[in-house]
Amino acid sequence: MTAMSKHTLSVLVENKPGVLARIASLFSRRGFNIDSLAVGPTEHPDISRMTIVVNVEDLPLEQVTKQLNKLVNVIKIVELDQSQAVQRELVLVKVRADAESRSQIVEIVQLFRAKTVDVSPDAVTIEATGSSDKLEAMLKMLEPYGIKELVQSGLVAIGRGARSITDRSLRALDRSA
Amino acid sequence: MTEHAASPRRGDTPAAHAPGPRTTETMTGAQSLIRSLEAVGADTVFGIPGGAILPAYDPLMDSTKVRHILVRHEQGAGHAATGYAQATGRVGVCMATSGPGATNLVTPIADAYMDSVPIVAITGQVASKAIGTDAFQEADICGITMPITKHNFLVTDPAEIPRVIAEAFHIAGTGRPGPVLVDIAKDALQATTVFRWPVETSLPGYRPVTKPHAKQIREAARMLVNAKKPVLYVGGGVLKANASAELRILAELTGAPVVTTLMALGVFPDSHPQHLGMPGMHGSVPAVTALQKSDLLFTLGARFDDRVTGKLDSFAPFAKVVHADIDPAEIGKNRPADVPIVGDAREVIADLIVAVQAEFDAGHKGDYADWWVKLNQWKATYPLGYEPAPEGGLSPQQVIERIGQLVGSDAIYAAGVGQHQMWASQFISYEKPATWLNSGGAGTMGYAVPAAMGAKAGKPDTEVWAIDGDGCFQMTNQELVTCALNNIPIKVAVINNGSLGMVRQWQTLFYNQRYSNTVLHAGPEHDGIAAPAQGTRIPDFVMLSEAMGCVGLRCERPEDLDAVIKQAMEINDRPVVIDFIVHQDAMVWPMVAAGTSNDEILAARDLRPDFGDDLD
Repeated sequence: MTAMSKHTLSVLVENKPGVLARIASLFSRRGFNIDSLAVGPTEHPDISRMTIVVNVEDLPLEQVTKQLNKLVNVIKIVELDQSQAVQRELVLVKVRADAESRSQIVEIVQLFRAKTVDVSPDAVTIEATGSSDKLEAMLKMLEPYGIKELVQSGLVAIGRGARSITDRSLRALDRSA
Repeated sequence: MTEHAASPRRGDTPAAHAPGPRTTETMTGAQSLIRSLEAVGADTVFGIPGGAILPAYDPLMDSTKVRHILVRHEQGAGHAATGYAQATGRVGVCMATSGPGATNLVTPIADAYMDSVPIVAITGQVASKAIGTDAFQEADICGITMPITKHNFLVTDPAEIPRVIAEAFHIAGTGRPGPVLVDIAKDALQATTVFRWPVETSLPGYRPVTKPHAKQIREAARMLVNAKKPVLYVGGGVLKANASAELRILAELTGAPVVTTLMALGVFPDSHPQHLGMPGMHGSVPAVTALQKSDLLFTLGARFDDRVTGKLDSFAPFAKVVHADIDPAEIGKNRPADVPIVGDAREVIADLIVAVQAEFDAGHKGDYADWWVKLNQWKATYPLGYEPAPEGGLSPQQVIERIGQLVGSDAIYAAGVGQHQMWASQFISYEKPATWLNSGGAGTMGYAVPAAMGAKAGKPDTEVWAIDGDGCFQMTNQELVTCALNNIPIKVAVINNGSLGMVRQWQTLFYNQRYSNTVLHAGPEHDGIAAPAQGTRIPDFVMLSEAMGCVGLRCERPEDLDAVIKQAMEINDRPVVIDFIVHQDAMVWPMVAAGTSNDEILAARDLRPDFGDDLD
């Protein structure tokens, strides 16, 4: 048995009501752990794309993908290799800031190529995108100033290079339409 | 106008794309539903009307193609659809209204899911504007059945009804079969719509693989001829694929021993000399032991269920595994496979026959002679058997065995769940596929009577016997009223031991014979005098059956056994119930205690077989 590890799955699903519930229910009843889940539209209106980060051993990963594939609304599943894919998360964080600390915080924001999106007399709100590692490092730097509120998106990912995972599925969908 | 991506289908699911006259007519959603059911070939629907489904029942009254059988409880409708499907191989249909009507279908849907039975459940839903408002008789049945259906649909647009019905029947009956639920809002049934047929289905994410990979087939054949101790481990998938004939050819070609799981009984004749019996918790000693000592599990349409494997990490420790299944998720789920094969069992076995013959032609033939010496030794030493009842009494095994002998192997037998189910699996000889119906995966008590009803409705010319326990019988016997009123003359053998026998057996073996709440017929305690252990005859099954329009018979003595079975066989104008009073201490043997290794099988109480372990 290999150790627990994180895997990023890109899942193309039919854009129909209840699909998210089907996937969430499957993970829950089969005892699979979801680290994060992000859903959104794709270039095709009939298809949504989910990026699911699961924390499992290799053998159960096979079960995760096989069970997902059995859902009638799931069209395609691709595991994105970390080295072959761009992976991003978005964080919005509200940090305590007064006249004295504000310039130091802005310096950290620049260092991480983040953005200040809102300023008030005793706080700044920062928007940052990046890999989990980068965001974690930034939050660690901001922590001493006092994090008042934090919201983070699930991870989204896309493979590097010219190939698209939607190409063939879309052709199949067009044929059936 | 083009086919969607799904692969060739099997079974006789009506093809939505079948050529025929094109129909385009204006009608209500309800009429469209009934026309769609007619078009997919549904001939029998088991159900009960109610508020939300009411519009559908109006055109149903006029249908000459769809027979509706009015059951007494929706659970009966669901199990009847299952029994119909298991007996005929066609998709079974049940119908119920919203809320409690739909939730009463939950148990049979879960049951059909566990045993991969193709049924379509149609439920009414409150009007689409009322969904989500906690309206009268509202239940989110799609949400409730999500984990226990192969797929489900909520329909609020009447124009979708024909397509959804076509897709529901296609999904239920193809690939790994299973239950599909279609929930239709009341306003969609009432609205005016256009019925079009044939209809184009759109299932881009549903593409079951039926054709096996040639390289895997060759590798499997090579392993089979090189094995010294192979076993063909055959499950319900072979039955569902109608691959009985192919299996027999493969078995006789190779000479390998065969075990058939509880879900596969009948797919290979019990009387065949290569048949070792059923594996698992109450399997035969030769079948369980053959798997344990095997060097190759040649697995066809079986899923390494815990009731077969016992303690998984000590199951068949010396065996390599070939695993063929139509559901890729079953392969490697419980036991890693050395050669995985995804495909329909019939195509897999047909290809295997060719591949094995090619190995033979190349001079590679399996030599299992030494293996058969051992197998025959185990068969001879540990045949199935039972202890006779106390003097003058009936033993349950004897009753079931005698029914099997007198009624024969052309009949269909449906069992409930418990001791009587295991005895019915052991002591009746199943020679043909689809003659044994039971609730294997879910273990649903109360399955037998409604399932037998469904089987008889689907195969009216076949004799159908329910082998039931007195505990199970008290859960669903109301469907005998349905049988009596609808000319569905089934026979029911109630194996009446006055207790929840299987639970009682576990109390005997594992709970120091403390019989907590397993005695069914005990009367109340009076003036400090303990309740009678049994024999109160509450309820009186003969009177109960008579009240439901059946013939009620009772048998208490071995000398009456044959006569009463023959008497029941003579009656064909109404259902017959026989109350067989049997002794309550009979136990099911052999047994592998739950959670223990199959090596610990006991042929009978305190008797562990001698396998000549030193030989290995």
